Order: sequence, then C-alpha cells, then structure tokens
Amino acid sequence: MTDEGLKSELQKQGVYVTSLQELYNWGRANSVWPLTFGLACCAIEMIAASMARFDIARFGAEVFRPSPRQADLMIVAGTVTKKMAPLVVRLFNQMPEPKYVIAMGACAISGGPFKQGYNVLKGVDRYIPVDVVIPGCPPRPEALIHAIMTLQEKILNQKLTGPDRPRHLNAEVAGEYPVPTYGKHDLEPPNNPQIWQPPTIKR
Amino acid sequence: MQTNSYLVLLLLMVAAVGFAIGPLALAWVWAHFFSPRKPGKDKNAIYECGLESTGDAWIHFRSEYYLYGIIFLVFDVETIFLLPFAVAFTGLSVGAFVAMMVFLVLLVEGLVWAWRKGLLTWK
Repeated sequence: MTDEGLKSELQKQGVYVTSLQELYNWGRANSVWPLTFGLACCAIEMIAASMARFDIARFGAEVFRPSPRQADLMIVAGTVTKKMAPLVVRLFNQMPEPKYVIAMGACAISGGPFKQGYNVLKGVDRYIPVDVVIPGCPPRPEALIHAIMTLQEKILNQKLTGPDRPRHLNAEVAGEYPVPTYGKHDLEPPNNPQIWQPPTIKR
Repeated sequence: MQTNSYLVLLLLMVAAVGFAIGPLALAWVWAHFFSPRKPGKDKNAIYECGLESTGDAWIHFRSEYYLYGIIFLVFDVETIFLLPFAVAFTGLSVGAFVAMMVFLVLLVEGLVWAWRKGLLTWK
C-alpha cells in the first residue's frame, strides 16, 4: 500500500486499508517493553517518566521487565563504567530480537562529565548499536518520552523485506555482540570495530 | 423452549478456557513458525543480572541445620506455653505447677541430650 492519496481518499469514505507490514510495525511500536535497568541518576528521570505525572504507559512502554528475556528496549540510563560495560553488553545479548537501545544522557552517549575518567566507558555505542540518543544531564522525562516516540517512528518505518530489512529479520546478521573482557589497563577490545570507529580528526 | 439452565455455565466455561488457551496457542504458533530465531552462547546462558553464572545450581544444604532448626522450634513453641503459665502463676494449683515443671524437664532433658550428642557445636 504505497498510494497515500488513494488511502486518504478511501478513509474519507470510511474504508480503512492497511498492509501486513504496517499492522506488524504498529503492534510492535506500541508495546515497546523496556528492561528494568538503571546505572546512575538518569535512571531517576526514567523512573519519573514511568510514574503518573509523565506516564509512559500512554506509549505502551510502561511494562519494565525484570528479565531481559521479555524486554524489547534497553534504556542505558546513566554512566557506563568499564566494570559494568561487559554486563550491559551481555544483558543486551540476552534480550530477544527485535531489540532496540536508547542511550539516555550525556554519560551513556559519550561519558559525559566523567569522560576524562579512567574507569568510564566513553559512550555505550562502542559496544552495542544505539538507535536513539537523548542529550541532557540528566534528560528530563519529556526527553525520554520524545526518545520513545522517535523510536516508535523508527519501528513504524522499518521495511520487513528487502536488503535493508532490520537485523532481526535477516538471518545472516548475528544477534549477539562480542562481550568485552577486563584487560590489564582497559577493556579488551576497547570498542567493537564492526559498529564503532574512532572519528577521523580533520585539521 | 425449555433449555438446560446449566448450559450457560458450560458455555461460559468453554469461553473462559478458550480465552486462556487461545493467546497461549497463538504465542506457541508464533514462536514456532514466525519468530526470528537468533540463539547464541550469551542468549542461551543463565540470566544472572548480566554476570556469568558460576558454580553448580544443585547445592547441598547441611543436614545439621535441620536438627538445629528443630531444637529451636521446640523451644520457640515452649515460650508460647510458658507465657500464660507465668501470667496465671499466682492462681495455679500445685498439680498444674507440677505438670508444667514435668513439661519443662522433658524439654530440657531433650536439650541436654542434644548437647551431649554435640548437635549444638557447628561443624
């Protein structure tokens, strides 16, 4: 169903048409269940977002699952230390497909105010594929709601077939990401080169 | 037309069971025929809050704890009897006093026996 004009014309007459892809994505986008999982102060904002005032239940994302087996979304809310990074990656690996990641706050994006710290991972995107990033320190609950809406938009626009179909429908793409180990001075490897490359510096 | 009044209950039961089994059956069908399967070493591992699980899931509890626990329980129950005894002590007859003392002696005898057997020493 690609003819949007015909579709809206039919809707005016009370005829609603849809495709299997739209129906499937609509269902997935409106029941994104996050993993109960907070690393630092951003988690407090995440908890506030799930409570009555901000109420992410309106977006179908209030069911914080206590086990990764039932979760679709990992909200990396807070500072990822190098001690915690392998656990975060392992939890992400243990989630079933399709799965998404929101990097919440400056720390999860880049290390934030602790970027110079010896023990802080400078961005969770070095190990796991991040779908939505929210700037802020910490971001307000509205920002998290906006991130969930952005993620919903992304899910709604995913094509189920074709070469650029999402990871979970492509049998050739691996579902697990390598878990780093504790090295002598740093995590080994320090990043996952398949999904993250150091930015090229232009002078 | 005369219908059996229990027919409604039967229909309700069929509907309730169907309501419970229907989603489970749909989930089973989805999991077996349509769901994207991507098993792996980490995903099939035991969930341990992100940590790798260590050791055996089948651990042994020491049987000594059972004896320890049962002696504790006996004296725990004894206090329930001792409290009303102490409250009503001034109004009790000699026979009731003797009966309570016999009860106490029996229990203390058991404790002494357990002590001599070495059950109170944690090995």
